Amino acid sequence: MKIDAKGMHYRPLNKIIRDAVASGEKEFELDNIGGQRYIGGGLNESVKIIINGTPGNDLGVFMNGPKIIVNANAQDGIANTMNAGEIIVHGNVGDIIGYGMRGGKLYIKGDAGYRVGIHMKEYKKQVPIIIAGGTAGDFFGEYMAGGIMILLGMNEKSPLVGDYVGTGMHGGVIYIRGKVDPFNLGKEVSCLELSEEDTKLIGGYLKEYCEHFGFDYDEVMSGKFTKLVPLSARPYGNLYVY
Amino acid sequence: MESQLPAEFAVNVDHEKCRRCKRCVINCSFGAIEFKDKVTPNSRLCVACHRCATFCPESAITITENPLDYKYGYNWTPEIRKNILKQAESGGIILTGMGNPKPYPIYWDHMLIDACQVTNPSIDPLREPMELRTYLGAKPDSLKFDENISLATELAPQVKLDIPIVFAAMSYGAISLNAHKALAMAATRMGTLMNTGEGGLHEEIAPYSDRIIVQVASGRFGVTSKYLNRSAAVEIKIGQGAKPGIGGHLPGEKVGEDISKTRMIPVGTDALSPAPHHDIYSIEDLSQLIYAIKETTDYKKPVSVKIAAVHNVAAIASGIVRAGADIVMLDGFRGGTGAAPMVIRDHVGIPIELALAAVDERLRQEGIRNRASILVGGSIRQSADVVKAIALGADACVIGTASLIAMGCRVCQKCYTGNCAWGIATQKPELVRRLNPEVAADRLCNLLTAWGHEIQEVLGSLGINAIESLRGSRERLRGVGLPQEALDILGIKHAGIGQ
Repeated sequence: MKIDAKGMHYRPLNKIIRDAVASGEKEFELDNIGGQRYIGGGLNESVKIIINGTPGNDLGVFMNGPKIIVNANAQDGIANTMNAGEIIVHGNVGDIIGYGMRGGKLYIKGDAGYRVGIHMKEYKKQVPIIIAGGTAGDFFGEYMAGGIMILLGMNEKSPLVGDYVGTGMHGGVIYIRGKVDPFNLGKEVSCLELSEEDTKLIGGYLKEYCEHFGFDYDEVMSGKFTKLVPLSARPYGNLYVY
Repeated sequence: MESQLPAEFAVNVDHEKCRRCKRCVINCSFGAIEFKDKVTPNSRLCVACHRCATFCPESAITITENPLDYKYGYNWTPEIRKNILKQAESGGIILTGMGNPKPYPIYWDHMLIDACQVTNPSIDPLREPMELRTYLGAKPDSLKFDENISLATELAPQVKLDIPIVFAAMSYGAISLNAHKALAMAATRMGTLMNTGEGGLHEEIAPYSDRIIVQVASGRFGVTSKYLNRSAAVEIKIGQGAKPGIGGHLPGEKVGEDISKTRMIPVGTDALSPAPHHDIYSIEDLSQLIYAIKETTDYKKPVSVKIAAVHNVAAIASGIVRAGADIVMLDGFRGGTGAAPMVIRDHVGIPIELALAAVDERLRQEGIRNRASILVGGSIRQSADVVKAIALGADACVIGTASLIAMGCRVCQKCYTGNCAWGIATQKPELVRRLNPEVAADRLCNLLTAWGHEIQEVLGSLGINAIESLRGSRERLRGVGLPQEALDILGIKHAGIGQ
């Protein structure tokens, strides 16, 4: 289904999509998207949505299955509390992406803003993943409780990542391609070298990632990665007295 | 470091009466009673939860406050001295549970309700119809009818309450699954609601979801599109009366395998909710989340926003209503909690009575009171508090601590330890098993039934036959022993003043 969204408010647009999904439509192409919020929000079916234009905030909020491809930049709050599915952005994205993300994949070609992946979670095999090809702002992986985040810095912009990386982190893992200065790190994380298992794990995701955006896989993998994990599963366990 | 802290309580066993059945030893979940030839209490570990005394078949156990006098000091109370000792030994923030126990003024107890005499007839609630039903949700500014006199105005989603008392948000994690089940069953039977709190919805209570408010808090634990749609309403938790401005804190002691699954966090880790929602730094951002939920639920569920009562509560509530919330939930500074730093619980926030009066007044002045229902909690202790709250302008009240007490809670304030002997605020299977959900649900239903009858009695004496006729009827309240400023904020006259 092709929809020309020029001048359309998000409410009728999302209603058309919801109704069409309910009646079995599997693929959407949205043209002239300009800031409409909540696209793909709350959808539970594995449909495909191609977005031509810049979608508004909360793209894929509470989403549980669809695959969304954005052929432009995207704004704040992408994959907010997303449970399953895939979002691929051929551009840069704004702040607080992947907040409380519970599953699925969020692949970004370029840069990400502040507070990426706050309080991402995981349970057993349900592990969310965020990969950004460029740089990211402050509070990358704040309160992280699970999941995988990879930052590549392919555009060699500086700084690669902002301050307070992994502040309050108590689960999950962050891989950053390049050097992260200790003063950029939150005090709850420790830096490790990659093991063979790590390389295998991120290699699988990065292969897929490179296919989406046309990056050279070998070049991506040739970089030196830093692995960040929480120092403790209970960073604040000793802060309280009963 | 050796502790200098004296025991808080003294446990005494009457060995004349004791027949050494060891029931007390088995029942004490704090390890305060051992058996060494005879029952031997370790008073230092006692929290006064009364489990042993309740189950002693010979009533041989008494628990008293440790009769240890301190040199008198109005300023340096024993509690303050003990807290300093505790912190000097640990360097830690003092964590506590339940609501603020400090002797701040309780405004409910300074308000009296009117009654009919001679010039207007009272109603006998035993023999005449008396309606406690009310509906939560946004009400339209006006109603339009078509030529067939059918309603043409599209109504916002409404949730019907058969009694204006809702169970407060208490998470699976803070309280046990059996406690959640009891609340869900009682809410269903009584035509009211329970609230999941921020820990997600366990599959075993999903069958009751028509009567469940599901909560979305900053940690987003257990939040999915399915969760949002399996509900009576959705609540965005911004703040909690017991700990305004700080996030949730479920100590790692209570995060076992099952909690780890519903919350999707590692076993044994502290479940930390960020202090703010990191996608909400303004009223506009709040609106964004409200409409994200409405889009996900196809505009079929009322969306509530819960805030702690703080200084600027009226302006914030106005913003919440304008942001599109259908329900505003106000939680006063006496509200309960499973775990909060004592410094916050005891010193932050404002009383619910004043917050409610200020919010209702502000929304009326701005002409938007109809656009959202007001729910209030933060120490509703008895049916009289419900009546007074509704007369001050609430649509309905929420009860947390009262519902826990009904299930067996002794308000020992040790919820954060995970050792609740009554099977309520614990996740240990051997303790959870102690709470029979069926029996606890019966107790909750009995409490609501009793309060319902009492509210009907009061309505009858006021000469009105529907709870909705009382809402915002502050003329039916009078203040006693309150300064003029408090009377002005509450919008009530002093007792002794007629119409």
